[in-house]
Amino acid sequence: MANDTIKLELEVPGDDFTRAGEASSTVKGMLKKLGFSPNVVRKVAIAMYEGEINMVIHGGGGQITVEISPESGVSMSLVDHGPGIPNIELAMQEGWSTAPDSVRNLGFGAGMGLPNMKKYSDEMEILSEVGVGTTVNMKVHLA
Amino acid sequence: MTVREVQKILNATLLCGEDALDAQVRTSCGSDMMSDVLAFVKDQSVLLTGLLNSQVVRTAEMMDMVCIVFVRGKTPDQSVVDLAKARGIAVMATRYRMFTACGLLYEQGLKGGCESDGE
Ligand SMILES: Nc1ncnc2c1ncn2[C@@H]1O[C@H](COP(=O)(O)OP(=O)(O)OP(=O)(O)O)[C@@H](O)[C@H]1O
Ligand SMILES: [Mg+2]
Repeated sequence: MANDTIKLELEVPGDDFTRAGEASSTVKGMLKKLGFSPNVVRKVAIAMYEGEINMVIHGGGGQITVEISPESGVSMSLVDHGPGIPNIELAMQEGWSTAPDSVRNLGFGAGMGLPNMKKYSDEMEILSEVGVGTTVNMKVHLA
Repeated sequence: MTVREVQKILNATLLCGEDALDAQVRTSCGSDMMSDVLAFVKDQSVLLTGLLNSQVVRTAEMMDMVCIVFVRGKTPDQSVVDLAKARGIAVMATRYRMFTACGLLYEQGLKGGCESDGE
């Protein structure tokens, strides 16, 4: 594996539910190719996919920046300019969701995404301002 | 059991994934909520669902699942099948309903793979 850090900028369209997950799929494929362990690949894939889905169903889309380092692991920054999260502590609780029935009919909206992102990432921080947007930073360490 | 046996037990139509037919599967889950699949599934390799959109395939992809079974005789759009095909995931459709499909597979030895179920 080369030692350089790889930086990726990925666009997440906010108006196309069927395309949600493309960014996570790209990153997953790349990590696999680079030879990261199945455990690291899976942690990144699930954490990022949950975040990407949130960007689409709650945040109106945005950008994801990923930094892949063979030495220290994978950092992800998910940025949207949606409505923001008024109460982050509440949003982090399992089962808490503001998703409407239309989202539930698509198979999401159980209020499990943020807690799951916390579970699969080794570091996570949410920065959010109502009316401005949300940034979720996550890191998955190696090993 | 193999994916081929899953197809046989469920009398299912294979929509894509001939190459995955000999893959071994030991555990499975059934859900229409992808949120729950992402949150509770560990290493189950078969996903049974009544949901037909592309996120079913994405979810299976992120969880490294090898086979998706659409229940109740539903078939997804070709674009959904193509997405699975590109990722080497077998997709099939069975006429059985969720409960029956899960029961038939369980009866033949496929497990839920969840420790707290005491299997
Ligand atoms: N990017 C975001 N922008 C605005 N609100 C968000 C964002 N991400 C999460 N939220 C808020 O936090 C709540 C909880 O998010 P979480 O991902 O845990 O659950 P969910 O998306 O509603 O359902 P699930 O993830 O189980 O499909 C959401 O219902 C929403 O109110
Ligand atoms: Mg979510």
